[in-house]
Amino acid sequence: MSVDQSKIRNFCIIAHIDHGKSTLADRIIEKTGLLTSREMQAQVLDNMDLERERGITIKAQTVRVVYKAQDGEEYIFNLIDTPGHVDFNYEVSRSLAACDGAILVVDAAQGIEAQTLANVYLALDHDLDVIPVINKIDLPSAEPQRVIDEIEDVIGIEAQDAPLISAKNGINIDQVLEAVVHKIPAPTGSKDNPLAALIFDSLYDAYKGVIVFCRIKEGTVKKGTRIRMMATGAEFDTVEVGYFGAGQFIPCDELTAGMVGYITASIKNVRDTRVGDTVTDADRPCEQPLPGYKKVNPMVYCGMYPADGAHYSDLRDALEKLQLNDAALQYEPETSVALGFGFRCGFLGLLHLEIIQERLEREYDLDLVTTAPGVIYKVHKTDGTVIELTNPSNLPDPSEIEYMEEPVVSAEIMVTTDYVGPIMELCQQRRGVYLGMEYMETTRALLKYELPLNEIIYDFFDALKSRSRGYASFDYELKGYVQSKLCKLDILVNKEEVDALSFIVHADSAAERGRKMCEKLKDEIPRQLFEIPIQAAIGGRIVARETVKAMRKDVLAKCYGGDISRKKKLLEKQKEGKKRMRQFGNVEIPQKAFMAVLKLDDD
Amino acid sequence: MGSDTIRQKGIYIHIPFCISKCIYCDFCSAPADEDTKEQYVSALCREIRQAGIEAEQKGENRTASTVFFGGGTPSILRSAQIVEIMNAVREAFRLTDDAEITMECNPGTLTKEKLETYRYAGVNRLSIGLQSTNNRDLKNLGRIHTYEQFEESYIEARLAGFNNINVDIMSAIPGQTPEKYAENLRRVVALKTEHISAYSLIVEENTPLYDMVERTHGRILPSEEDDRRMYTMTKEILGEAGYNRYEISNYAKPGYECRHNCFYWNRTEYLGFGIAAASLSGNRRYTNTSDMASYLANPIHNRAEEQILTVEDEMEEYMFLGLRMMKGVDKTEFARLFGKDYDEVYGDITRRHIEQGLMAAEGSRLCLTDIGIDISNTVMADYIL
Repeated sequence: MSVDQSKIRNFCIIAHIDHGKSTLADRIIEKTGLLTSREMQAQVLDNMDLERERGITIKAQTVRVVYKAQDGEEYIFNLIDTPGHVDFNYEVSRSLAACDGAILVVDAAQGIEAQTLANVYLALDHDLDVIPVINKIDLPSAEPQRVIDEIEDVIGIEAQDAPLISAKNGINIDQVLEAVVHKIPAPTGSKDNPLAALIFDSLYDAYKGVIVFCRIKEGTVKKGTRIRMMATGAEFDTVEVGYFGAGQFIPCDELTAGMVGYITASIKNVRDTRVGDTVTDADRPCEQPLPGYKKVNPMVYCGMYPADGAHYSDLRDALEKLQLNDAALQYEPETSVALGFGFRCGFLGLLHLEIIQERLEREYDLDLVTTAPGVIYKVHKTDGTVIELTNPSNLPDPSEIEYMEEPVVSAEIMVTTDYVGPIMELCQQRRGVYLGMEYMETTRALLKYELPLNEIIYDFFDALKSRSRGYASFDYELKGYVQSKLCKLDILVNKEEVDALSFIVHADSAAERGRKMCEKLKDEIPRQLFEIPIQAAIGGRIVARETVKAMRKDVLAKCYGGDISRKKKLLEKQKEGKKRMRQFGNVEIPQKAFMAVLKLDDD
Repeated sequence: MGSDTIRQKGIYIHIPFCISKCIYCDFCSAPADEDTKEQYVSALCREIRQAGIEAEQKGENRTASTVFFGGGTPSILRSAQIVEIMNAVREAFRLTDDAEITMECNPGTLTKEKLETYRYAGVNRLSIGLQSTNNRDLKNLGRIHTYEQFEESYIEARLAGFNNINVDIMSAIPGQTPEKYAENLRRVVALKTEHISAYSLIVEENTPLYDMVERTHGRILPSEEDDRRMYTMTKEILGEAGYNRYEISNYAKPGYECRHNCFYWNRTEYLGFGIAAASLSGNRRYTNTSDMASYLANPIHNRAEEQILTVEDEMEEYMFLGLRMMKGVDKTEFARLFGKDYDEVYGDITRRHIEQGLMAAEGSRLCLTDIGIDISNTVMADYIL
């Protein structure tokens, strides 16, 4: 089967979260007949359980569909779904590199949001043609013309003839498909040139080894082609090539320039294939690797430990496999007095952390203890050296510290003017420095703040949503490091310091945080045989104390013939609960206590 | 007891009827009309007779040394119905001469006629659900009787010749103070009953009490301090009066321990008849259906649940049931029953419990200490393998 390059369209859909990107993808798949509507499960492309449950896209997903256009020709669409959350920008960027154009979905009622802009700029950076689509036009509050004007004013792209659609109810989807045919360019490149394919994703399959997702920029790859990964130099014989059905891999004879597909080559070592690397033909290599991706650096770190120390190597294997699929994840081994052997892991943000944690627990069936997340601090020592601190336990003695720096971000918060007051108040509480405000139009404002990263990694997003009734949206990028008055808050349980509970905090709020932390831990740590003092200390000075009272009564008064099976179940449950505890000296600390610091701002 | 215990057998008969349901009750029990009761008794007799036939066919031991009528309120039945059931039991099983035959009853349902018929049918032990000597407590719990009515029933029972009587009392009742509870204990002690079961009130889910406690965030219950004081008082006052604590909640004058209940804790075989009744036979635990209509239609082998116990299950049960008794468990017996060295299975954890002062060892015996009893669930959970 030879494919006419002029009939291929490689595109993605970009949008602010909740503007209907995945729903439109579903509609396109349905309309082009890959699946009948009966077979459609809502949001086909979100195939991780986690994605469906949370209603978000985490991983970029790719699907190939065939569309019979109004001109009578059949076109191959490679549709790449992309995540919308700020934490997953990196995924977006990778997907865009595989595309020639992008559909920009904008909510007809909400208009442009922060993430809309961020994604559009990413797309323009990759030289993609952007075609706007106005979604949710059937909402009572829809104002399509206002949104069209907004797109033209703010983004500066032509939008007067943007399709007005409802992805949910299948209105005007045809117009979107025709726009893809006519407005997104066909790919270029020659199938006869030396092979150059960009790896934009990969995953590990127990039978096939590593499955490499790539966009063929030049040349041809087929079964038997000896391929070389240009960055690592590793070479393999191609076993299979193919393209993406909905949730399945469909083998084909060859992939040629312009196509999007996958390659398998019995690649066992996940480290041999790096996302962003170029695949070429070992016998006839291309001269230059394709430009890869900007390396992303994690901004949030935490310790991850197996609940059962015996599962350390399982955790390591799981992280290795996840990293293959999620290049933004970083990890290195560390040890904790309280928790034993584990890993210090780096994430793009807190949502990313939570997602990885849940994936480890669900997909790899691991029981984890996660420590409080933190950012990277720069510690300038008196001897002139600087250390990058990701684990609070490694903070040098205060006498050796000249000063410390913490990362700050420049944040843009888009909000309707009604909520400007409460949002500014929130930013001030979080040590924000006001940079300015722009009115996008009469009812919407863009607030600009410089905020310390460690003030926004926990629950800033939630606080923002609750203070703006969900109307605020938020984007940030790392701005740099500033000197700051920081200190390490230690937690002592039963008079012993628990390293895994320590965290770095601004000196002004340290005592308050210590108090709240003790209160929280008092609730999280179950009563035990003896009284347990919980203390917060800064540099050896106790700043707060709570006490977990001794357990006095845990007894089942009656246990007769009919109660025995039930009693057994009760004891089994209790035993299960004990397993989820960490023995620390004489004290048992439940796993979730290590995350207690996250919930300090609940009230 | 020892090896003799193993060859013994107990019979439990569940009577799921009561006059009205108490607010804390989660047992399988409800008020019912005469017709249902009549049908139930005949279904019960069918089930008992069938069990006898099957035991005979399999050549199993048909000798039983205890019968226990539990409920509900068994004494709600007409006395003729009790006789009918006892006849079925005697037909199906051979009762030993010294068999302990217990009837649970509630004050206000007992009459001279009933008590005399029970004696005639062979009942030789009564277990009376008094719960409290304080009428306000009784009202709070939704009980149908007053203390005065209890006293009448009690005297009547003595007159009818019952010389082995248990009284149930309860601590930590909403509104109860330690002082009032102490008065309770003294009044019961003065009655010179042979046996006292003293429970602390358990708030079970799916009861009106549970909802009340939830609604008030536990404010209606006595404080933890008071609860503890009442608990300590029970041991002290009953101990002084010559009652021997032989299980977490059970006290008896020497020689009057409830044989039937000990069967449960010693894992002696017992067969349960009637809806929701549980049995332990060999290595099988099973429970009858708790659906009345279904049971009436088919009382034979109508089971809601059946479990084959593995050796591990049996070892776990041996521990968490055995440790309920003050005499505790025995390492030698453990080895004999399961063919495994106790220390190999539980040595480490027991050593830790002894260090922590939760358990005590005496020769080959191990038992919970007072602190161990207080938090016995936590201790027992460590014996789940």
